[in-house]
Amino acid sequence: MESDKLIQIMDEVAVARTITRIAHEIIERNGGVGDMVIIGIRTRGAILADRLASEIERIEKVTLPIGVMDITLYRDDVQNKLEQPLVQKTEILFQVADKIVILVDDVLFTGRTARAALDAIIDFGRPRSIQFAVLIDRGHRELPIRADYIGKSLSTTLEEKVVVKIKEEDGIDGVLLGGR
Amino acid sequence: MRLKSRHLLGLEGVSRQDIELIFNTGVTFKEILSRDIPKVPTLRGLTIANLFYEPSTRTRFSFELAEKRLSADTVSFSTNTSSVQKGETLKDTVQNIEAMKVDMVVIRHQAAGAPHFLARCCDTKVINAGDGAHEHPTQALLDLFTVREKYKKIDGLRVVIVGDIKYSRVARSDIWGFKTMGAEVAICGPTTLLPYEVEKMGVKVYNRLEAALEGRDIVIVLRIQTERQEMGLLPTIREYVNRFCLTPPHLAGLRENFTIMHPGPINRGVEISPEVADGPYSVILSQVTNGVAIRMAVLYLLSGGRLPNSRRKARAS
Repeated sequence: MESDKLIQIMDEVAVARTITRIAHEIIERNGGVGDMVIIGIRTRGAILADRLASEIERIEKVTLPIGVMDITLYRDDVQNKLEQPLVQKTEILFQVADKIVILVDDVLFTGRTARAALDAIIDFGRPRSIQFAVLIDRGHRELPIRADYIGKSLSTTLEEKVVVKIKEEDGIDGVLLGGR
Repeated sequence: MRLKSRHLLGLEGVSRQDIELIFNTGVTFKEILSRDIPKVPTLRGLTIANLFYEPSTRTRFSFELAEKRLSADTVSFSTNTSSVQKGETLKDTVQNIEAMKVDMVVIRHQAAGAPHFLARCCDTKVINAGDGAHEHPTQALLDLFTVREKYKKIDGLRVVIVGDIKYSRVARSDIWGFKTMGAEVAICGPTTLLPYEVEKMGVKVYNRLEAALEGRDIVIVLRIQTERQEMGLLPTIREYVNRFCLTPPHLAGLRENFTIMHPGPINRGVEISPEVADGPYSVILSQVTNGVAIRMAVLYLLSGGRLPNSRRKARAS
């Protein structure tokens, strides 16, 4: 894979518009943002969760509690890796019981990360519902999992790579597709 | 991220980087312990055997809890109810347990070097939970973690360990650990309870408690095992109490914001007075809480690279 040509799928403006649209969809679907909390999956999901929360705040004038989740300890392949992934802190400093939890990640692929995140949230309490928002859905699920809010659906092959870049981590905003 | 070694046998030679990695992982686990459901499924399917050839409550409970919080399957054994009574050797015991597909062994043994012997002769990963008078690495790690939690750093702190250094595995692990992390370490006790040539470990040696405490941040008080008196190493317990028992008047010589630690079990009124053990500067109980988090971190970090099951192939697709 030496000559990975990356094609840009979304630029900074597109990412921003998408987040705004998802924010509206969330508010519409739930008839407001009462009892709502947002939890992002580290690393890029957490940043997207922050942005989504500020969009919702701009529209609804309500500040939602934001949590960050590291799902490493809930993965189903932890023991098979030669090197243990570095565990980062999970910070959910509010009750999730009886709340509407909006779970945020950058890419939905096999569904294993989402599965792990669902288990992790339920260990914190019993939410009224969990809704899943992703920037990119690239297909190839290995588990019966779907997203409620999707920025963009991409049909990809397994060999292709989807790269999400976020300003706070990578210096720019955008989504790139590479591989064959 | 990975530790340099696949076992945890002692803190001698363990790098600062590895200790930091254990601490950072420990912080995460401490948060997990404060949740409504303080349990994660990380080590599901992994089997850990706890072999305790010597009596222990705290360490054994702490390891068992750590294992259960990580969802590992555990088997525990203590000498008085096992085949050791029938004369089985250590190697045979472990090879049998290994034949039952145990992934990790936590061992406490009266002979120094027993865990190292196991690590050489078996394929299982080995964690030393105290071997003779040699090392007790997880105790030292939780001591360091507790100190770091309070002071946010270990570099430059002045530590003194008081009591029976010669027969204490905690002392040895603490000396290695605190020195690696940049603290200055001194020891204090009656000469009969200090190891020969201990200065070579790079510590200052004191025989007078008052002098040893001067300007220290952290005092680690060790348990005096009353058996030592029968061995003729202490004239009487009362003499020890008079010269080395940590009492409120001693605290005046310490630095501001000082800390008193004790690995337990405490002999109140022998090595430490109850007023000091229960004082606001004593972190003895947070040591116990942190013990579970640190042991979870060690188990997690050593658990990687598990060899193949059918699952491995299944995932490759």
